[in-house]
This record gives sequence, C-alpha cells and structure tokens, in this order.
Amino acid sequence: MPATYTNPRFGFRPPPELATGEGRTRVAIVGAGVVGLTAALDLARHGIRSILLDDDDTVSFGSRAICWSKRTLEIYDRLGLGQRLLDKGVTWKIGKVYFKDQLAYTFDLLPEPGHRMPAFVNLQQYYLEEWLVEACEASGLVELRWKNRVEDVGSRPDGVFLRVSTPAGDYRLEADWLLACDGARSTVRERLGLPFEGQVFRDRFLIADVVIDGFAMPAERRFWFDPPFHPGQSVLLHKQPDSMWRIDFQLGAEADPEAEKEPERVRSRIRAMLGADVPFALEWVSIYTFRCRRLERFRHDRVLFLGDSAHQVSPFGARGGNGGVQDADNLGWKLAAVLEGRAPEALLDSYDAERVPAADENILHSTRATDFITPRTEAARAYRDAVLLLARDHAFARAMVNAGRLSTPHTYRDSPLSTPDDADWGGGPGPGAPAVDAPLGEEGFLLDRLRNGPTLLVFGPTAPAVPGVRIVRLPADGLAAERWHARSGTTYLLRPDQHVAARFREPDPARIAAALTRLWGRDEPFARRAA
Amino acid sequence: MAELDRNPRLRDPDALFVRLVRAHLDLSPEQSRRLDAALVLLLADQLADSELLDRAIEAARSAVIARTEAA
Ligand SMILES: Cc1cc2nc3c(=O)[nH]c(=O)nc-3n(C[C@H](O)[C@H](O)[C@H](O)COP(=O)(O)OP(=O)(O)OC[C@H]3O[C@@H](n4cnc5c(N)ncnc54)[C@H](O)[C@@H]3O)c2cc1C
Repeated sequence: MPATYTNPRFGFRPPPELATGEGRTRVAIVGAGVVGLTAALDLARHGIRSILLDDDDTVSFGSRAICWSKRTLEIYDRLGLGQRLLDKGVTWKIGKVYFKDQLAYTFDLLPEPGHRMPAFVNLQQYYLEEWLVEACEASGLVELRWKNRVEDVGSRPDGVFLRVSTPAGDYRLEADWLLACDGARSTVRERLGLPFEGQVFRDRFLIADVVIDGFAMPAERRFWFDPPFHPGQSVLLHKQPDSMWRIDFQLGAEADPEAEKEPERVRSRIRAMLGADVPFALEWVSIYTFRCRRLERFRHDRVLFLGDSAHQVSPFGARGGNGGVQDADNLGWKLAAVLEGRAPEALLDSYDAERVPAADENILHSTRATDFITPRTEAARAYRDAVLLLARDHAFARAMVNAGRLSTPHTYRDSPLSTPDDADWGGGPGPGAPAVDAPLGEEGFLLDRLRNGPTLLVFGPTAPAVPGVRIVRLPADGLAAERWHARSGTTYLLRPDQHVAARFREPDPARIAAALTRLWGRDEPFARRAA
Repeated sequence: MAELDRNPRLRDPDALFVRLVRAHLDLSPEQSRRLDAALVLLLADQLADSELLDRAIEAARSAVIARTEAA
C-alpha cells in the first residue's frame, strides 16, 4: 500500500438531470484527468462554464506522469498553479546518460538563467490533478460530476448528445460542444468509430516508485544503457517529492509481466542497482508496454479530442501529459472566443491544424527514442552501441545518443493564424513560437505580464494605437530585447496562449490590425480555406 | 597531419540514425554486415583523404576495443 499519498474520494452528487432524464449545456468535458481538468480550468479563466464528467471519484492512481516541462509550467502559471508546482515539485535540468559503468554524455536543458520557470519540475500526477480539482471548484464555473460515466455519444454538425450512467440512474445530456479528454481508451473515440492506429513497441517496462530516505543522489535525470546491475537492458531514474524515486527497468519483449511484478523480484532488481545497504520501501509497481499513435483529426464537428484520447506516445521524453496540457492551452481561448461570438466557428479548425503537427512532432521524437532504447534488429543494436562507444570522445556521437528528447513546445509556424515574417529577422521567436521569458528587474518576469487575451509587446517608447489588444511596453535594450531580437519600435503580436501571431520591425497599425483579424480566424482567406 | 573535425556537423543526428537503421530493415544478417562494409567504402571514397581515414579507423578501433574490453 502507498505510504506517501492517499487518494481523495470526491462525493457523488446526483445531477439535476436525473429528475427529468435530460438536460443541456454549452460545454461538456468527458474525463477529469490532467487534460480534462486543465481544459475546464482554462475555459473558466476565460469566463466559460463547463460540466466535467468522470467515471471515477478520485485523481490518478499510482505511477503515471511525473515530469512537467517548462512550457507546461508556464501554462499552469497563467492558470494560477505555477508557484504551487515549484514549491512542492523537484526542479531539475541536468540529464546524464551512462553506457555500462561509464558516463557517456551529460546535457543541460536550460543553460541560461533569467526564466521564471525551470526546464522541468517532477511532481506526481495525482498532486497536480488534486490541485486542479480545487482550482476548478474555486472558479465557480466548473461543475464536476464524479461517478458519471459516458456510455454513448452521438454527434451532429450543431451539437452532441451523451448518455451518462451514474450510481443513481442514467440521463441524457445535450451539449453544444464536447471535449473528449477520456484518455487512451476513449469511449467517445470508440463510439464515434474513429480509428486510432500507430506503432506498438514490444518491450515491457517495469515502473517502480520507491521511497528512499536520505538518498544522496542529485535531482538529475539518469539513464543507463546496459548497466552492470541490469545487463543488456536500460534503466531510468528520476527524483520525485516525498523522498520518492521513479525507476524504469526495461525488461525486454519476452518478460512475464505477472512474475516480474512479484515484490521480491522487484526488490532484488532495486537492491542490485542501489547496493544492498540502501534501505527502501516499494510504493508502486506496474508493468507497461508503450505505443505511439494518433487520431487522423482532432476536431469532428462539435467534438474536440485532447490529450491521450487524441494521441498517445511512449514516455521517453515526457511528451504525453505535457502534450495534452498544451492541447488544452491551444483550445481554451479559441473555444471561449467562438462561444462569445468574437470569432467564427472556423477558428476551431486551427486547433486541428496546429495540434496535429504538434502531436506528430511528439510521436516522431518518442518513437525515435524508443527505437534507440529498444533496438529491434541486430543492425540497430550495433549502430546504437557504436554511438554509445563513440560518445565519450566524439561530440557528433553524443548528439546521436537518444535516451529521450525531452518535451519542448511546438511552433505553429504554418498555422493559418500566424502571419509570416516579411523580412529575415535573424533571431527571436518567429511566428507560431511560444513567448520567450526574460527577467524584468523589479517587475518580475516577462511572462507575468501576459494575461489571457491577445497582447502587443512593444519595445521602446512609442506604441501604435490598435483597438482590441492590450499593450505591454518593454525597454529597447536589456535581456528581454536581446532574447526577442528587438530594437526600438519592434512589435510582437501575441495570442492569448502566448504564442507569437505576428511581428513587425515597423509597427504599422493597419498591418497589426490585419494580423489581429487573422489571429481570430476572421480573415477572408482563412474563412474560405476552412469552408 | 590531418585531424578529425571534433565539432558535430550533422544538422539532424536523430534522423540520420533512423536512416541508417532503416537501410537494414529487410536484410539478412550477412547482407546487413555487407551493407555496412559497402557504406564505409563508399563514404571513404567520397572522403578521399587517406590520412583522415586513418584517424577515423584509429578512433573507431579505440572506441570499440578499449571500451568493450574494460567493461
Ligand atoms: C509510466 C508512465 C509515465 C509517464 N510519465 C509522463 C511524464 O513524466 N510526463 C508526461 O507529460 N506524461 C507522462 N505520461 C503520460 C501521461 O500520464 C498521460 O499522457 C496523461 O495522463 C494523459 O492525460 P489525459 O487527461 O488525456 O488522460 P487520463 O489521465 O487517462 O484521464 C482520462 C480520464 O477520463 C476518465 N474516463 C475515461 N473514460 C470515461 C468515460 N467513458 N466517462 C467518463 N470518464 C471517463 C478516466 O477516469 C480518467 O480520469 C506517463 C505515462 C505513463 C503510463
């Protein structure tokens, strides 16, 4: 039994629809996992109400996500949870890769200071979900319905109906919009008959969460290829809060999952790794196989898929949960704008146009990492081992060592919402890229200045008058100007999700207004493309 | 004397790795071994620098022999 965490039990409250048998809502969200909760909170921050249905009555169980990336932390900061993640989580940025008993390669994910958020924070998924539940409740705009299981879904061009079962009976819910956040085994996806295909990896992995008091190991990500204590396979070690450590043991394709879960067997693997004199307590043990796959499209009329229901990756690179949180970040402001009549419905096609390539990027990197870690042919293993052997002395080979390319945000370069550069900028975040943080002295950090609406970031003294956008003024010299490749007059138009929509050397109000129109999906060509 | 350039020169190392592995996918072990030999010969011919080739052979041998014997 776990000793460091007890899952809260949220009460079932009979929903009002049980009396009449049916009801309606503008936004229904299926699945109160990390992604559904984030989507509900983001919508609430934009003033939008939702009903959030979950078939369980608690947060996630056992060994799931622990690594939250810089971009995800920035999103949670915007949503009001950033400091809490920093306070409880374990901050890290160094990764070390070993081959046999030798260090092959060290990487630093954030070598420069001056960012509010670190490269990564490790925190058990259940803490994050628990805090998201609290924040959703506190917003007053999210109606959380535990023990409400979606059994069936019907989709029309102008809405969705759900059949929901509860311990006190069934009801029917009509929704204008449905966010399917119901995870890798999505009921919504299955009921709509949408194929979910991709690559299955044969190797099994043993994931153990272990409490080790006073373990003198730095907060780094450590990865071993073929270590003496687990020959022929790989091992990954991560530090978590509560003196907890996550250890992933690769077991190969032939391993017997039942036998491998035997606590004594797991303990002996861990003793071999830590040494016989390090006392530890087993908290969780599970066996996983991994796959990489996605839906062909993430928008189907009024149904939008987010998180694991839309795409699944192997965990090397921590791209699953982070990718899902970034889906929610991408969708929240768009759906809010459509519901409030500020943008046409076609804006939501850009969710698909932006997040499908983002999922592909995540799938590409986690597939490559998994292939490197679990070579499927003799030739692949020979190349892999040669790379590892060369890595100590040759920088080119170090760059090929792939023990997981850790989650970075996608740049929506070719998005219909991005206005292409009209000149060669030579640096700074380009169209579609996420905002780059910088310290602003006593005023805190640049990202603190961005809120939930579009922002015009203006470097230098003058600012163009453009209606419908907040202006944030920054000095034309200093670190912020350097990171944004700015001089006096440089102007960036940022989307509500803090990605760059457009940038200008000469801030011409007419061109900025055109970029703003495009950002909201209101421009002619976009409306025509989407039709 | 010619020296190996120690700076990484590949733009997308992960993609190159995948390309090499893929080239072997439908080959028998023997064909696979020969593919690597053929590739080395082709690349050596493109390099066309016998001193550099010597340095590369030395570096490869020392990585393979020293490291695998020590372990
Ligand atoms: C071992 C492991 C390690 C990982 N490590 C990381 C990591 O370090 N970083 C990272 O970013 N990601 C990591 N991931 C991936 C991450 O856990 C998932 O990507 C993430 O949980 C997906 O969130 P989600 O909300 O989309 O789905 P889920 O978390 O699966 O949530 C789905 C929710 O929907 C509910 N539900 C399902 N069906 C219904 C229904 N019919 N009606 C009502 N409710 C329903 C479920 O009860 C659940 O609450 C890891 C995964 C594993 C397995």
